[in-house]
Amino acid sequence: MDSQAIATGHEESPEAHEHPPYLRHHFVTVEQQAETASFGMWLFLLTEIMFFGGLFMAYLLYRNWYYDAFVASSNTLGIGLGTTNTAVLILSSFTMAMGVYSAETRNRKGLLTSLSLTIMLGLVFLGIKTIEYHDKYTEHHIPGANFSVEDFVHPTDKRDVPLAPDMAQHAQLFFFLYFAMTGMHALHMIIGISILFILLVQAWHGAYTNGHTSTIDNFGLYWHFVDIVWIFLFPLLYLISRHPLK
Amino acid sequence: MSTILNLPNQQDAQLPKLSYLNDGYGLKSWLLTGDHKRIAMLYLVSITFFFFIGASFAGVIRLELLTPQPDLVASDTYNKLFTMHGIVMIFLFLVPSVPATIGNFVLPIMVGAKDLAFPKINLLSWYLYVFAGIFILYALVSGGVDTGWTFTTPLSTHYLNTHVITAAVGVFIAGFSSIFTGLNFIVTVHRMRCPGMTWFRLPLFIWAHYATSILMVLGTPVLAITLVLVALERTVGIGVFDPTKGGDPLLFQHLFWFYSHPAVYIMILPGMAVISEVISTFSRKRVFGYTAVAFSSVAIAVFGFFVWAHHMFIMGVSNYSALVFSLLTMLVAVPSAIKIFNWSATLYKGSITFETPMLYAFGFMGLFTIGGLTGVFLGSMGMDIHLTETYFIVAHFHFVMVGGMLMAYLSGIHFWWPKMTGRMYPESMSKMSAVITFVGFILTFFPQFIVGYLGMPRRYHAYPPEFQVLNVLSTAGATVLGIGYLLPLLYMTWSLRYGKIAGSNPWQATGLEWQIQSPPLTENFIETPIMDHEAYDYEWLANKHEHEVTTVG
Amino acid sequence: MHISPVLWQFLVRWLTNSALFPPEASAISPYMDAFYFFLILISVIGLAAVGILVFGFSMMYRKDRNPVATHIEGSTLLEATWTIIPLALFMVCFVWGALLYFRIYDPPTNAMNIYIVGKQWMWKAEHPGGQHEIDSLHIPINRPVQLTMISQDVFHSFSIPAFRIKREVIPGRYSTVWFEATATGTYHLFCTQYCGTDHSAMIGEIVAMTPDAYQAWAAGSTSGASLAQNGERLFASLGCNSCHSGEATARGPNLAQVYGSRLQLTDGSYVTVNDAFLRETILNPSTRVTAGYAPIMPTYQGQVSEEGLIDLVEYIKNLNSNYRVQQTLTASQLSPGQVGASSSGSSSPAMNNRTRETLGAGNGRPAKSGTAAPSVPGTVNQ
Repeated sequence: MDSQAIATGHEESPEAHEHPPYLRHHFVTVEQQAETASFGMWLFLLTEIMFFGGLFMAYLLYRNWYYDAFVASSNTLGIGLGTTNTAVLILSSFTMAMGVYSAETRNRKGLLTSLSLTIMLGLVFLGIKTIEYHDKYTEHHIPGANFSVEDFVHPTDKRDVPLAPDMAQHAQLFFFLYFAMTGMHALHMIIGISILFILLVQAWHGAYTNGHTSTIDNFGLYWHFVDIVWIFLFPLLYLISRHPLK
Repeated sequence: MSTILNLPNQQDAQLPKLSYLNDGYGLKSWLLTGDHKRIAMLYLVSITFFFFIGASFAGVIRLELLTPQPDLVASDTYNKLFTMHGIVMIFLFLVPSVPATIGNFVLPIMVGAKDLAFPKINLLSWYLYVFAGIFILYALVSGGVDTGWTFTTPLSTHYLNTHVITAAVGVFIAGFSSIFTGLNFIVTVHRMRCPGMTWFRLPLFIWAHYATSILMVLGTPVLAITLVLVALERTVGIGVFDPTKGGDPLLFQHLFWFYSHPAVYIMILPGMAVISEVISTFSRKRVFGYTAVAFSSVAIAVFGFFVWAHHMFIMGVSNYSALVFSLLTMLVAVPSAIKIFNWSATLYKGSITFETPMLYAFGFMGLFTIGGLTGVFLGSMGMDIHLTETYFIVAHFHFVMVGGMLMAYLSGIHFWWPKMTGRMYPESMSKMSAVITFVGFILTFFPQFIVGYLGMPRRYHAYPPEFQVLNVLSTAGATVLGIGYLLPLLYMTWSLRYGKIAGSNPWQATGLEWQIQSPPLTENFIETPIMDHEAYDYEWLANKHEHEVTTVG
Repeated sequence: MHISPVLWQFLVRWLTNSALFPPEASAISPYMDAFYFFLILISVIGLAAVGILVFGFSMMYRKDRNPVATHIEGSTLLEATWTIIPLALFMVCFVWGALLYFRIYDPPTNAMNIYIVGKQWMWKAEHPGGQHEIDSLHIPINRPVQLTMISQDVFHSFSIPAFRIKREVIPGRYSTVWFEATATGTYHLFCTQYCGTDHSAMIGEIVAMTPDAYQAWAAGSTSGASLAQNGERLFASLGCNSCHSGEATARGPNLAQVYGSRLQLTDGSYVTVNDAFLRETILNPSTRVTAGYAPIMPTYQGQVSEEGLIDLVEYIKNLNSNYRVQQTLTASQLSPGQVGASSSGSSSPAMNNRTRETLGAGNGRPAKSGTAAPSVPGTVNQ
């Protein structure tokens, strides 16, 4: 378990103020501040799990009810793009971890490189996502807007089982969940990348390579979380009973 | 009546020269503050504002219900009134009431810290709250929303053209305000306790707020995503909750109540937190069964997550799942009973005085007992069939929320007012207010149990004439209750200027917040305290008084 | 469940006219009220206990009388006592409530069925004999009545306080509740789930009548065609009879006597064919394909109203043989000489005239062969 606050209560005299400038006044030691920030971030990530949980519940229910529609819809998603995106994100988690390492070893150049790479990989991910969304638009798979059941009732791919029209309508539910879940994920990515830009600028000024690594540490936690969410989304959305290549 | 009130000599008493109130002047120093105490005061003002807005809606509702005919307002207006009353009272008043005002103010001091773990996030919480309030006010003035605070689909998604999304966004934002407050509290209690402050030396106020924070952090995000889905369905029109498009309206119910049941425990646990402190102080003894009360708070939080479908007994859930939820509901009732008995036992061989906070606490004990026991009526599945969706439910939740939580809030405000402002409120005025509130409350809401069993449905604009007498009684009570709530607004404001100087410990209470000046310094403590005694240690307090030299700030 | 005769007398005779309780007008009402009394009793005891403790202690130990408090840490024995006793009482409530709940929501098999369709902001009741009511419901006393309910739009809730029953009326699925009225009279019907502007106006009357009075009312209120007869008409006009003709080579499964039977679906699972199943299959056929058949049935989502679905369900419920199905199929051509020819099953007004001639006693049962139905040579009799 945790211990109580690490404090001795003695060094309150103005002369003994040799603590670093980034130590906030309500913390006693740097360790306490860092552990507290980390705890806060883990707790926040827990709330994010609960937040995504609602969408996963809806997915669970409708996949159970309309399995055939889910299979057919999942098979229309681009597996190549999806796999690439997964690899991109995992790689970006690696670069982020390298960034944390650089910060802790006070390696400013390394940190800048890592953060920049992470940003680029993040942007690549979003770029591929945009292409995928556009593909869905041209294929008339956007629910509500221009949705057409043609691809499901009369599939062009010989391996696909044609769906009855009413089941094909339920493919809209799959795509709604697809856009809602990947959209919510993409929103978190966008927020993450925005913060990364800010961190990059701050890191340029040496903010995180002077011993105060907790911001990078905690942002790393957030970034890894966003990656893990995708690792759950990818099989659930892209790999439902997928027929093998060729 | 004797009193434990111990004020400094009013002839030469003065407020301390330096405190958090005068540490920096100007709007910016308040609006950009990181001081948890100032943030608590910001919350106090905004919460009070929204309380009176929500209360005025209730006033109009009760006026309309004086007569069986729908003759005061139009149907749509009435529907908007009860919806807005619910949304404002629940999300803008009850959920933040004790945690954001009293909790923000005293929690760091009680654990011996200089501030909460994340002061900036604390300020962000307040801004989110205000933002949420603005959204909801905007929904109100631009025409209102009439979904009921429960946003039931498919009514809210496909059958209404009022400002549903605006209101949903407002509630969403308020949810995040709540999440950040809870997050802050949990981290503070884990990481910022002063030396010697072990878990079991914490005041029970902290335990209850810790349990509340767990509920806030785990439950509120589910409400957030549910509202997102409602908003998406309204705009995109997919049918995730629409049966004609393959969706399931019951999915919304499950997702909504998964938060909204823990929400009621979010609303009541902080009230229980206050009661623990008040009962102890005005009995001059440690709360009976400290460990039991502490663990009961956590048990309520844990069990509270597993009973949500008792709001759905008649909605077509299978008989067997209803069985499970009913059983769990009975289990969650037990820790509340344990607490009530422990508080009662605290009075045994105590030395009891009847200052205003104690009067409100007694009111809480009685009214919450009734409200909680009627919860057992509703948790019994068969009984719920007849009682659900009637005024019995309305009476039940008003007993626990208003008779319980609001009384506890007023108890806490009166108890910590001297600490927060350095001044005492007028005692006889406040005692009278407490009694008026109590009487008014019973007159307002007890008839509603009866009219509920008779079958009068809730959210009804008009009703069969045979229900009129009970409704008239209820409205009469509401008038009295309104007076009971207006009076504190007036005399508390008065006391800011003319109230007696309180000194650091007017109640002679234990607890770290009473060992520092009133109002406290910005950094709370001059020296980091070291906790070397148990909570509610009145002997320690007596020893301290013997040996201390009183300094004037 | 057993109630003492004394309590029963009290409940039924004294409370019926009380201003504090709705009239006890159904078989379950006294049980509900008895349970309510028990709950009130334990609440009063609980409140009294707390009240006595709080008042008593605060008087006995007020500061004037007891200036010094005595510290008491706690008592495990007391904690156990006031944990176990409330828990035990709550468990009694749980069991009693569960028994009552199962009783209200598990209808007896001999219940007469009435369909309720709720919509903003009125109740439509449909008796199997074809009687339609708006915002009222006539029922006989001393007979179990089951309500099969569905909403056309949003959530509503059908509540009869005098009978102590209530059930949510949900769009997209049937919900059921049953009762047995015991006292004649007129009682309130309320919608208790907020459903929009005129929620408070969605009220009506339940008219409980003696069985004779009910018969008289039913005879005088029918529109002429029972629900099943309407269903038969829909069955043909929607083209159902073309696939569900009952022939061995038919594209759709035989529907005669399928209601209540156990059916295997293509995924291997078994279902019992009930109202909900039939409704779902008509609207979402590809989720419920009978084993041995292809998933080719089109959906009728958007083409049939809830009332139409009720008619179809009633029809299939009472369908014993496919004789009339095939009659309607082959009767699309007016000439009687066509032998089993048309299998397209298109709707034909001539068919309607024909079936009306052969109407039985208005209960939707197909006329037995050998009655007034003119036989068409060559048609398959089943």
